[in-house]
Order: sequence, then C-alpha cells, then structure tokens
Amino acid sequence: MNFDDTPQEAAFRAEAKAWIAANAPKQYEEELKNSSLGRAVLKGANVLDVAKAWQKKKADAGWACLHWPKEYGGRGASPIERVIWQQEEGAFGKLSSTFIIGHGMCGPTVMAYASEEHKRRYLPPLASGEDIWCQLFSEPAGGSDVAGLRTRAEKRGDEWVINGQKIWTSGAHYSDYGILLTRTDPAVPKHKGLTMFFLSMKSPGIEIRPIKQGNGNSDFNEVYFTDVKIPDSQRLGAVNDGWNVSLTTLMNERMSIGGGMATGFSELFEFCNNLMLEDGLAIDDRGVRSKLAHWAVRASGLKYTSMRAISALSKGERPGPENSIGKLVAGSMIQDISAYAMDLQGAAGVLSGPEDAEVAGKFQAMLLRAPGTRIEGGTDEIMRNIIAERVLGLPGDIRVDKDVPFNQIPTKGRS
Amino acid sequence: MNFDFSDEQKQLRDTARKFLAEKCPPKAVRAVIGGKAPYDRDLWKGLAEMGLLGVAIPEAYGGTGAGHLELCVIAEEMGRALAPVPFSSTVYLAAEALLIAGSEAQKQKWLPVIASGDAIGTLALFEGKGNPSPQAIKLAASGGKLDGVKKPVADGAIADFAIVAARTGSTGRETDISLFLVDMKADGVEAKALANIDPSRNQAEIVFKNCKAEPLGALGEGWSIIAQVLDRAAVLLAFEQVGGADRALEMGRDYALDRIAFGRPIGSFQAIKHMLADMYVSATLARSNCYYGAWALSTNAGELPEAAAAARISATQAFQHCAKNNIQVHGGMGFTWEFDCHLYYRRANATALSLGSLSYWEDALIDRMRKRNAA
Repeated sequence: MNFDDTPQEAAFRAEAKAWIAANAPKQYEEELKNSSLGRAVLKGANVLDVAKAWQKKKADAGWACLHWPKEYGGRGASPIERVIWQQEEGAFGKLSSTFIIGHGMCGPTVMAYASEEHKRRYLPPLASGEDIWCQLFSEPAGGSDVAGLRTRAEKRGDEWVINGQKIWTSGAHYSDYGILLTRTDPAVPKHKGLTMFFLSMKSPGIEIRPIKQGNGNSDFNEVYFTDVKIPDSQRLGAVNDGWNVSLTTLMNERMSIGGGMATGFSELFEFCNNLMLEDGLAIDDRGVRSKLAHWAVRASGLKYTSMRAISALSKGERPGPENSIGKLVAGSMIQDISAYAMDLQGAAGVLSGPEDAEVAGKFQAMLLRAPGTRIEGGTDEIMRNIIAERVLGLPGDIRVDKDVPFNQIPTKGRS
Repeated sequence: MNFDFSDEQKQLRDTARKFLAEKCPPKAVRAVIGGKAPYDRDLWKGLAEMGLLGVAIPEAYGGTGAGHLELCVIAEEMGRALAPVPFSSTVYLAAEALLIAGSEAQKQKWLPVIASGDAIGTLALFEGKGNPSPQAIKLAASGGKLDGVKKPVADGAIADFAIVAARTGSTGRETDISLFLVDMKADGVEAKALANIDPSRNQAEIVFKNCKAEPLGALGEGWSIIAQVLDRAAVLLAFEQVGGADRALEMGRDYALDRIAFGRPIGSFQAIKHMLADMYVSATLARSNCYYGAWALSTNAGELPEAAAAARISATQAFQHCAKNNIQVHGGMGFTWEFDCHLYYRRANATALSLGSLSYWEDALIDRMRKRNAA
C-alpha cells in the first residue's frame, strides 16, 4: 500500500508537469482555484474563449483527450496516465467542463458507431475544442425513463426527418454538433424502437431556448426540432438499436473518474474556522464539530474511494460501477452543507447579496443550485438503483411497460 | 500508486476468512453469548496456531513480524465473523502498548505468550462514564502500588495481564498520568465480569487495592503512550467494524433476494433496494477511510492521528447503519433471537463505544484537522 508512481508513471507525470508549467494560462490560475463550484467565472475574460484556447493548445501538443487514439486527436495514453494528467492539470482542468459531454459521452459513442471517414473528420476537432458537442437524450416525457422519449425520426429517402423536443441539454446554445436519440418505431416496445444520430446543431429547423432554472441561472436548454433533416450516413448504430448505443454513452459517463466531485466541505471547514458566534469561533462549538466531522469523513471517504479506483486503473483493472457513489454522496452533501452554513448565521443567513452575505453569498448560491445536482446525470434514485442492481445484484424493477408497444403505454396519470 | 492490499495480503485474508468460516460460525458466537464460556478458547488456540495473533509482533518476540497491514486484513475478518475472542484488547491494545513503550524484559516476557495464545492482555483505561481523558483518571499509583477501580475493561475478567492508566501527579497536566503493567494473578487485584449489550465479548470491572505494579514506559508519559495506542487501535478496530458492516450488508442483500412477498423478491422493491444501496455507500466510504488509516498505520506517518479518527468515525457509522438496516430488511424475522441479525447489531453498538464514543472521535478529528490546517 503506497501512493508512489511507478517509474513509468513518474516519467509521464514529470513530462506533463513541465509542459503545463510552460504553457498553462497562469493569469487565470487564482480565479480558477477559487471557483470551486459550478462553471468557472473569470473577470474580464470570456470563459468559453479561454477554455477553447487552452484546449487547442493542449491538442496541438498532444495533451487533449489523452485516452483517445492518436488518429482521432488523442494521445493513445493509458487510463492511469489520463488520471495523472488530470492531477497535474489541477485548476486549469476546470476549463475542460465545457467539453466534458463531448469528450466523455459523444466522442466515445461516435468512436464506437460512426464510419471511419466520419471518425477522422469529426473527432479531431472535437478533441481540440474547435467543435463543441452536446447530448440530446432527455425529454419532457423521458427523464429517468429515457427510453420513454417521443421525438420522432421518420425516414424519407436517404434522409431522416426529425420532429419533437429535447430538454436539459447543456451547452446546446454554443454547441456545433449533438448526438440525438429518437423514436423510429412507436409500434414496438419502447426500448426496441429507438435510433441514434449525430447532427449539426446549425441544421435548419432547430430552435434552442434557454431554460430559466429554479436558482435563476440558465445552464441548460430546450431544443425544438421542426422537420430537421439528417442524412442516413449520420446514423449511429442500426435502426431501432438506439437503446444499446445509448448505453455506450451512459457507461462512458460513469467511467470518468478521478475528477473529484465538489462537496462543499472544504468551504464549510474554512468558514467555520473563521466564523465568530456569540460565544466564540464556530469550530470550537461541540455541535459544529460533530457536523463537520460527519461531513469530513464523507469527503475523505470519497477521495480515497477514487484513489482505490485509480489504483485499479494503474494495475490495468477496470473500475466497477462502485464509482456511482460519488455523485450520490456529493449531491446531498452540498445541499446539507450549504443549508448548515446558513443556519450558523441565524436570520442573516437568508441574505444573499455579495456585500451582505458571508463568503460573498457562495453558500446561498450552492443551496439554490444543489437540487439540480441531485437530479442531473442520473437522479439520486437512479444512482441507488444502479448500485442495488449492478453492484449488489438485486433484481431490476418490474417494468409494466416492458412488452407493451410504445404507442399503447398510458401517458396520463390522474386525469 | 497502489492504494490496495498486496496479493499476499489478500491471500492472508482468504486464509483467515476460510479458517473463521469453519471455526467461528454463528453457533460459536452464540455459545459464548449463552454463557458456555467467557470466550472461545479453541478458536483462540487455533488463531495462535495459524500465527494470526502475532502478525504485527516482530519475530524476535515470537511473532511472524509480517506487519500492520496484515493485521488490518485479519482484523476485518475477525469483525466479519464476530469472533468471540479477546483479540482487540490483547492485540490492538496490550501488544501495541508493549511495542511502543515496553522495556526489553517486558516485551520478552509478554509478547511471545501473546503470539502463542498463552496470554490475554488488556488496557484498563476507563473509570465509569466518559471518554478518554487524563482528567478522568483517578486511580492512584504511589510507591509502585495501585489503588482504584477501572470499568469497563474489555476482556478484563479473562485477562492475564493489564496495562493500567494511573495518576502519578496532580499538576492538572497530561504528565500526571503514567502506565503500569499488572499481572492479574497479583495480590490486590480483583476482576468481575459485567453484563453488557454484546455478551460475545467480555466486559469487566477491576478493583485494585494496594496492588503491586511495574511501570510501563517512563513516569509521566502515560498519556502520550495511550494516545498513540488509541490511534493504532482505532484503525484496527475500524477494520473490524468494516468487516462487520460488510457482512451485515451481505446478509440483508441475501435475504432480499430470497424472501418473497407480494409475489416477488423483496429486493425488487425500491424501498429495500435503496436502503441496501445506502448501506453499500456507508460501507464503501468506511472501507476507503480505513485503507488510508492502514497506510498511515503501516508507515507510521504523521497523518496517523487524523487518518485514525476518520477511519474510526466512518467505520462506526457504517457498522451501525448496516447492522440496524439489516434487521429492517429482514422484517420481523430480523428481530428474533434465532436470526443472527441481532448479533451484528449488538457488536456494532458495542464497538461504537470501545476506545471512546463517536462524539469523542469527532472532536478529535476536527482538532487534528485544525492543527494540520494551521501548520
């Protein structure tokens, strides 16, 4: 049991470290370090521009999408080398959040199902950040039940015509391409009538509207499709095999490890270490210490769980679905921690203006954003199902709509 | 990086698991609970013959000298099997105290008999309610004689020797405390077993009256030795707790797969699945904290005090969580004497209190994190 690199890993780390030291946009390092939650915000610079510039620089030197094959814009690096890179990239890695969906989900799906010609054409600019991709799965009628989606794709000649609506699409408004899951046969059970495509987000007939979230921000979009045309050559996988294709996408989402989910713990610890209550420092209060300790061991537990997964990677093993615990634990933690930090301030905890609120309103912002964290990318409940079914081997849910043709599944509850 | 046990250590785990599955089935735990014997003597002998009692004791003192990582691996299996033997008191507390502070003669005398299974040792620290603290120690030592009462003392009524924390000064500082080693056959020492929530383990009161004792470590260094012993024991006991938590989770999972209600396995209901998933999360977080504790313990790293507290807290929570929800998954049958669920529930809640309560370790963790932060 040790934390030491193998000689090979150490050499890779040294090379990465040296390149980052010579090339990273250091003028933003401090701001990036301090923006611990959500999308990074930079004063006097457009984050998207800075992120794209950094990604392009990495790609030109062979440091983008490290685990992808070289011919598709990657480096052909091992999984552990990718983790080492992430560790060395540190705060600059926050600039990659713009590309996470494209690199983590769209790219692997294209790699698995697109033609060789398309792979060579589309993957390198995706790796280099010149093109941004989004993922169009969720719909108003298909959230956790993704396979309940209703967006239609109908074949006309060599083209498919798309009509319908997607929702919760991150970054649709600045994306160049997207992968799109559609219904191609409504007369068969729901999992058997889906087909996957990729398309240009500039296609005629696409309308993108930002969603105003409960916290007042707009990180996601609704995407409307009206007679949008996609050539059949941009189909990913067989017609009506889209469900299996989407599993590739979702599996890759869960393979991304080592990034470390934000929990809010270090912010809370720092806050309690400085906050004066009526009878002294918050951190000297027995009740406060008990709460802090409770969250401290969850934060460290997550950290060391991720190290165990990295260790498995280092040995060439494949980490299992155990990694699903990260989001499940971190989501609730951030919600509970932010509410507690406000509780410690009494009535004044309600104030959220940067001039009145402690830590410039960070905890209030965390509290309002947290419900989304517990829903996006698989709700807490879906995560628990995954753990129960794939790790513990419990039976899947009994699905009453499993063998029913999609167009006969009830669409209304209480009327 | 290899943040995992080695293949040899995993083999040792398999060996220990197999041995305990055979020699320590729930029936053996129940025999001790039923009062047939204060501990499972055959099992204790068997563990000694397998060399499992002395893995962290150097060869020069009769152990196998393998190390603390190996001891962590065995501790987990002991917890899993609810082994009704004085392992934690003898191996984590007494042997570690001897290794840290014992004189050459003391080590020569006691460590080989620990490894061979011929001596049971313990640490006599608590004096009634409360957590470990120098202020709580009233038992007085003067002129090499001890006077006072210790309780609860784990395995106190079956121990051959005890390491006793005693007051040797009155300055109000930590240096008022010194350690003494007492042969339990000595005059002026009397131990009696006490009823406790986990009768698979012995708890006792020990009364010392003008009892002859030899110092362990230097005068006034008792508290600093205790602090080190508690940190080491916290990691080891945390592994026991993780072993118990894992087993309770497995029992719940197995029952959920086998039990049919409303025409389907109860493990197909989300209410049950989610409860088991949450148990898995607790157990996984605890295991990961324990691995860090194991690393710190085996390398004697400066991080040990913080790592030990984190492992201890996390493992206490996980074992309590898994043990109580294992009963819930079982429903009514889980509340019967006949099913083994209560054995884990008892052990989970008893181990949560040995070495000091959850709130004691929470307090300690935050203190230690602050120290690191300030440094």
